[in-house]
Amino acid sequence: MKLLELFLVFARIGAFTFGGGYAMIPLIQKETVETKKWITDDDILEIIAIAESTPGPIAINSATFVGYRVAGVLGAMCSTLGVILPSFLIIYLISFVLREFQDIKAVQYAFFGIRAGVLALITKALWLMYKKSQKNAVAYIVMALSFIAVAVFDISVLYVVIGCALIGLISSYIIKRRSKK
Amino acid sequence: MIYLELFLTFFKIGLFTFGGGYAMLPFIQEEVIAHNWMTTEAIIDFIAVSESTPGPFAVNISTYVGSEVGGILGSVCATLGVAMPSFIVILIVAKCYDKFKNSEIVKGCMTGLKPAVVGLIGSAIVSMILTVLFPNGLSVSVFSSPSFYVSLAIFGAMVVPVFKKVHPIIIICISAVLGIIAGYALGL
Repeated sequence: MKLLELFLVFARIGAFTFGGGYAMIPLIQKETVETKKWITDDDILEIIAIAESTPGPIAINSATFVGYRVAGVLGAMCSTLGVILPSFLIIYLISFVLREFQDIKAVQYAFFGIRAGVLALITKALWLMYKKSQKNAVAYIVMALSFIAVAVFDISVLYVVIGCALIGLISSYIIKRRSKK
Repeated sequence: MIYLELFLTFFKIGLFTFGGGYAMLPFIQEEVIAHNWMTTEAIIDFIAVSESTPGPFAVNISTYVGSEVGGILGSVCATLGVAMPSFIVILIVAKCYDKFKNSEIVKGCMTGLKPAVVGLIGSAIVSMILTVLFPNGLSVSVFSSPSFYVSLAIFGAMVVPVFKKVHPIIIICISAVLGIIAGYALGL
């Protein structure tokens, strides 16, 4: 019964958060800590910390983690499928609607306007990420390097991600050695 | 084998994306355009759709690309692909959480990955801005096309409300209305 409950709770979370990611955390906290008492507030902080330092979308990371805590691997499967299913169904339906209407002139004009509006939205998303990130020499260098590598030299994002992880690893190793001396 | 290709591509995207929200954008842009699955314009349009529908951006866009390329089975493959790496990694981490939390290697990698995400999203966004404002490439001719000024005006008009925390759906609706008015008025 716990498995079905996990699935339903996370399906509800998936169906009612717009924007995903961090927008989902308060809802997860409310459902799993306050209502179901499956985990504690400390666990939520733990989940955020883990989700930030593991690959993949935060929504899936946290659903898997809570599901595992509550009911093991099967629990993780139920909660993860639960959080995915609502968006999956909605977007699958929308993809038909979009295809059906994309040839209408008014829709094309609407998307012409929307594209410019989206630029404003993603510019703000970038600004928020910049504000949240660390502000030290290494961070600025990595930011500039990764930007130039992709924007100017067209290097694959994959190599940039691996390279920057290595830079972080080496620089924090050097900083630690220095502070030991 | 389009289904396997969708699964593997989105598996790779899921495995190497760190951080939520638009952190996936640079990868999506690179892979999806390289495979000829979507254009930059279509990705931008889809950001608007994703902002106006529930659920995480990652799941939304993989379902959409999968459905466009390979129907229902395609969207299942792409969505499972994007979710699988997180699922596996989290299961492993949940088992040895304390080791993971105190790992100097993880901490070290993260000091490089976090700022890298900002730089990568920055480059994805710059290329999107260029695509919207200069659809035919960087040339002087763009300054004589009315759609350039309309795009610039809508972008400019939306920046302030966006930073004043007006809800994305309202921003999208206003931009759509402005686009329709400008489109018919100027016969774009």
